[in-house]
Amino acid sequence: MGERLTTLADFAPQLWDGLLVTLQLTIGGALGTVVIAIVLGLGMLAPTRWISVPSRVVVEFFRGTSLLVQLFWFFYVLPIVLDVNLEPLTCGILALALNYGAYSAEVVRSSIENVPKGQWEAAMALSLSPARRMFRVIFPQGWALMIPSLATLQIQLLKGTAVASFITLQDLNDRVGVLRQQTGDTLFSYTVGLLIYFVLAWLIQVGMDALERQAKRRLGRGGPGLLARLRGTRGQGGAQAKEVAA
Amino acid sequence: MPRTDNGTTPAIEFRDVEKRFGDHTVLEGLNFTVSPGERVTLIGPSGSGKTTILRLIMTLESLTGGYIDVHGEPLTHEERGGKRVALPGKRVRANTKRIGMVFQHFNLFPNMTVIENLVEAPIHVLGLSRDEATRKARGLLEKVGLSDKETEHPSRLSGGQQQRVAIARALAMDPDILLLDEVTSALDPELVEDVLAVLRDIAAETDITMLIVTHEMQFARDVSQRVMMFDGGVILEEGPPDEIFTRPSHERTQKFLSAVLD
Amino acid sequence: MNPSWWSWQAAWDALPLLLKGFGTTLVATVGGTVIAVILGLLIAVLLRGLPAGIAWLPRLLVAFIRNTPLIVQLVFVYTLFSMSDALIEVSALTVGIVVIGIHYSTYMSESYRAGIDAVPQGQWEAISALSLPPVRSFRSIILPQALRATVPSLGNYAVAMFKDTPFLMAIYVTELVRTAEQVGGRTFAYTEAFTLAGLIFLAASYPTSLLIRRLEKSLATY
Repeated sequence: MGERLTTLADFAPQLWDGLLVTLQLTIGGALGTVVIAIVLGLGMLAPTRWISVPSRVVVEFFRGTSLLVQLFWFFYVLPIVLDVNLEPLTCGILALALNYGAYSAEVVRSSIENVPKGQWEAAMALSLSPARRMFRVIFPQGWALMIPSLATLQIQLLKGTAVASFITLQDLNDRVGVLRQQTGDTLFSYTVGLLIYFVLAWLIQVGMDALERQAKRRLGRGGPGLLARLRGTRGQGGAQAKEVAA
Repeated sequence: MPRTDNGTTPAIEFRDVEKRFGDHTVLEGLNFTVSPGERVTLIGPSGSGKTTILRLIMTLESLTGGYIDVHGEPLTHEERGGKRVALPGKRVRANTKRIGMVFQHFNLFPNMTVIENLVEAPIHVLGLSRDEATRKARGLLEKVGLSDKETEHPSRLSGGQQQRVAIARALAMDPDILLLDEVTSALDPELVEDVLAVLRDIAAETDITMLIVTHEMQFARDVSQRVMMFDGGVILEEGPPDEIFTRPSHERTQKFLSAVLD
Repeated sequence: MNPSWWSWQAAWDALPLLLKGFGTTLVATVGGTVIAVILGLLIAVLLRGLPAGIAWLPRLLVAFIRNTPLIVQLVFVYTLFSMSDALIEVSALTVGIVVIGIHYSTYMSESYRAGIDAVPQGQWEAISALSLPPVRSFRSIILPQALRATVPSLGNYAVAMFKDTPFLMAIYVTELVRTAEQVGGRTFAYTEAFTLAGLIFLAASYPTSLLIRRLEKSLATY
């Protein structure tokens, strides 16, 4: 075992490089996913068919075809069709963002639809503009509902980044394969690799849980916030006017 | 321009209003006017179209026929060259700025504190500065007796408190028409009186035109000048509250009142 | 429409091979689903039955399998088998089906757990009030109710698994997408091959979801 650990220490820089590629794919894909999910999710709810139907078609298309097909399509086909040069990393992020973005768009749509109708009506009664209605009143409430499902999809996205080695990217999965070749110890190499992925997934879960708690606190549900608890100001009433003006 | 009995432009005028949900007709050929500053209570069995009338004025429902004018101006549709034309959304929203509504289930925004609920629309719809809106909101919270709840989340308030905040939120827009849709129906009995007391004060101190849908007959009697009895989408009878409540001319009104007053 | 990057002839030529690859995709999906459906139920029942002191270990293992990449698991297990001479020779497809089945069983166990939790408390109370034998009652009263509520969720995971089967190409199983890559590599008809592969997936996932809905209905009436 000691010998293995020495090998691992020697190999650490390579693993680190692979981890960085995996992180770039995960973070890039996650950001893209959120943008696509919001655009398509709200698009599916648009009052005009000219927006809602195309949004629905795009979502069904990227849900219905497989991630790997999309990845290869962006890698092999898109450069031919558009006559452009796409970096493998760009292809990877694009495929991940569109695939998981389409699934997330469904989460966004159903969460927004689950915000009580009375909230829309109150916002209309105050003559708030459609944009303010959505982004100041409805979306923050839908956000709290969508986080748990989005967390699951973000972890799926992390797992999905392992396809990157199919398009020549030297991600964590690829480096673990190299580690196995160098040590000849399959069990050891892959246990290390899977553990790293497991820790990353756990970090995503912890982060999303924190986001959910924060979102619920904004809705006045759940316990008081950490800051408020430290100051001991919450729940005592009184004029806390300073916080208001902010 | 149409005139009411005393010669002023009506605050609200319904002209041949029709509302259908699919094949189901809720209102048909409905005509009535409300004078500026008048308080009108709409009564009638559920499904008689009272709430639909308020929701049409608030543009929460789309008008399927006829016209509604507010202060002599078309609200959602106008007649142009003999044709009924829908107004653009922006103009409709401008028209509803001075119309306020209080809902049965309060509908406070849970993602905002009490005071944020009150300043949101004055700042972003009326264009008030934050200081100005905050000052005004504090005044209104004092009026409804909730000054100490400024920074609370709505979910931490009782139903009665939430409804008083909702009333303050509607008043923060300086409405000249206020629509009250069964505002005490969702409250525990012991909380009803606080809310009604606030509304009585507002009725006494302001000249806001009010349309009220309620089952609180004593309240209706105290604040309104006119009661309209609805049944099946038509006005069965109308008159001063004393007359309607003590000497209703229709048998259906009698039946309805004895059922509610029990 | 006949742009330079698309040839109907190449598409036509690629189709028979792609359909053959698709056959393997279907075999993997069906095999994986059978394993996941059975194993998922076993996991759910096991985790429910184990005392809290021991249950954390299998729970952690389930979380580990669920939250790590399927592709890495596939290569891991396949390499373990192909490296050791002691074991009987197993085909890559078999390894793939088993790994994909185990992976998805960790998801499906969650569906079962939710389904069992959704059975009204009153049902459990009725069983103990009538002094019915617990194990038999669980099997004949609780489980059928739980299963009915679980079917749509299991179906969705089966469709998700179907779309994950291209990962099997990591262990050289010649399913649909690997076939497309091979066709592309040989004839440079990448565009036609991958586009057709995508369309085949799309065309297959729609009837599959219809099938799930029908299954759901027939279970709901029992």
